[in-house]
Amino acid sequence: MTELDVATPAPPALAKLPLDALHRRLGARMAPFAGYDMPLHYEAGIVAETLHTRRAASLFDVSHMGQAILAGAGAARALETLAPADLATLAPERTRYTQLLNEYGGILDDLLITRLPGVEERLLLVVNAARKRDDFALFNAALRRFDFNPLDRALLALQGPRAAAVLGALLPGAEDLAFMGWRAFDFGGAPLFVSRSGYTGEDGFELSVRAEHAEDLARLLLAHDDISPAGLGARDALRLEAGLPLYGHDLDETTDPVEAGLGWSIGKRRRAEGGFPGFERIRRALEQGPSRMRVGLLPQSKAPLREGAALYAPDHETVGLVTSGGFSPTLQRPIAMGYVAITYANVGATLSATLRDKRVDVSAASLPFVAHRYFKPAGKDAR
Amino acid sequence: MSDLRYSKDHEYVALDGDVATLGISDYAQSQLGDIVFIELPDVGRKVAKGKEIAVIESVKAASEVYSPVSGEVVEVNSELGETPALVNDDPLGRGWLVKLRVGDPGECASLMDDAAYSGFLKTL
Repeated sequence: MTELDVATPAPPALAKLPLDALHRRLGARMAPFAGYDMPLHYEAGIVAETLHTRRAASLFDVSHMGQAILAGAGAARALETLAPADLATLAPERTRYTQLLNEYGGILDDLLITRLPGVEERLLLVVNAARKRDDFALFNAALRRFDFNPLDRALLALQGPRAAAVLGALLPGAEDLAFMGWRAFDFGGAPLFVSRSGYTGEDGFELSVRAEHAEDLARLLLAHDDISPAGLGARDALRLEAGLPLYGHDLDETTDPVEAGLGWSIGKRRRAEGGFPGFERIRRALEQGPSRMRVGLLPQSKAPLREGAALYAPDHETVGLVTSGGFSPTLQRPIAMGYVAITYANVGATLSATLRDKRVDVSAASLPFVAHRYFKPAGKDAR
Repeated sequence: MSDLRYSKDHEYVALDGDVATLGISDYAQSQLGDIVFIELPDVGRKVAKGKEIAVIESVKAASEVYSPVSGEVVEVNSELGETPALVNDDPLGRGWLVKLRVGDPGECASLMDDAAYSGFLKTL
């Protein structure tokens, strides 16, 4: 076996999660990710953890992600100079997905922004672990007249069809939160931030809790028969099945939100007014259509197609690139996503890739591979 | 299987006459996690010691398997096409990968026996 594939002991420079000891007691296989020693999977394994999330619910530790609060009158408007979402109209206790862009419209990071309740204008930001240092430097430099404070809190994701019932029993009212709704609850005498969001395609919540209370919360949730711990491996399989792009793989500074299929997150007013980095390029892409698109890919092989594989048209011209690929536990087959020249980005387009010197047919497919099951209260528009 | 010999890359061979059955150790399968596909060589292929003989795809990644001995492939485990998880469930038994006719049985003797491999795992 290649030595690289066998887990090597984590170098001491890795940061520890607040729940590190609990992960080890639960039998986690730890692996370095974005500078953190993270649970890759537990004893059940990636396939079982993925299936359990879709069938019941799983608890993920995502405390490596960056959390911060930006405060001050006009903070939302100011953030609009960095990101294309309509943030000025974001209502209190509502969360919105957006991207930080560079001057060419390339994606510096993707993030969730919540308008906190209260008279003072305060925004809660959740950014990717690998990008938080750069993001925070950008906020400090570009939004200097606002108070910017990183939060030292744990972040747990409870995801799956049983999540609402289990969390509602612990925090009455949590089960009534709308998709992308947010509320602060009391937990151990301290505020617990609950957002009805996640990155698995399932109904679920993200729970931001003081680090010293994280283990109590995790234990209470894990004590329930429906809830099992799940690691980064299952999280990656779930988000790929759900067609959700992952920063550093499917999104980076060379991709813009339109070709990434994230045009829905650009506010109507923002499309007309601009005022965010890369507006000219993004307006052109919105008007004329992008030159390439992020699409689903179904390899006609038993072996998974992995990130980095080139995609070829029938005439052998290179027309695309796989940015995420693996095996879908839910569909029991290889799935992938990547960028494909627009003429080949239609569903069913026949492409090919090279997999260890063998040619493999690949069909372009619509995303998601597994339908989203976000919470929508009856008779209400949850978005 | 009796008299398993292990490589430092976590492959094993079990020699019966001049035919070696090759697979990966229990430690290796537990490190890889859920195995979803195995690419096996064609029967008749000649493999030199230390060269790639198979590829194991887990949910997360592809890993090469290197042959710890030189030889010619005489049989591959056809059950793995439908049930690659046999390597997770029974790596030393039904989850074997390949049978090789070895040119030099002495190559097997230079590999680690059970006790030496157990000791080696403790150093990892």
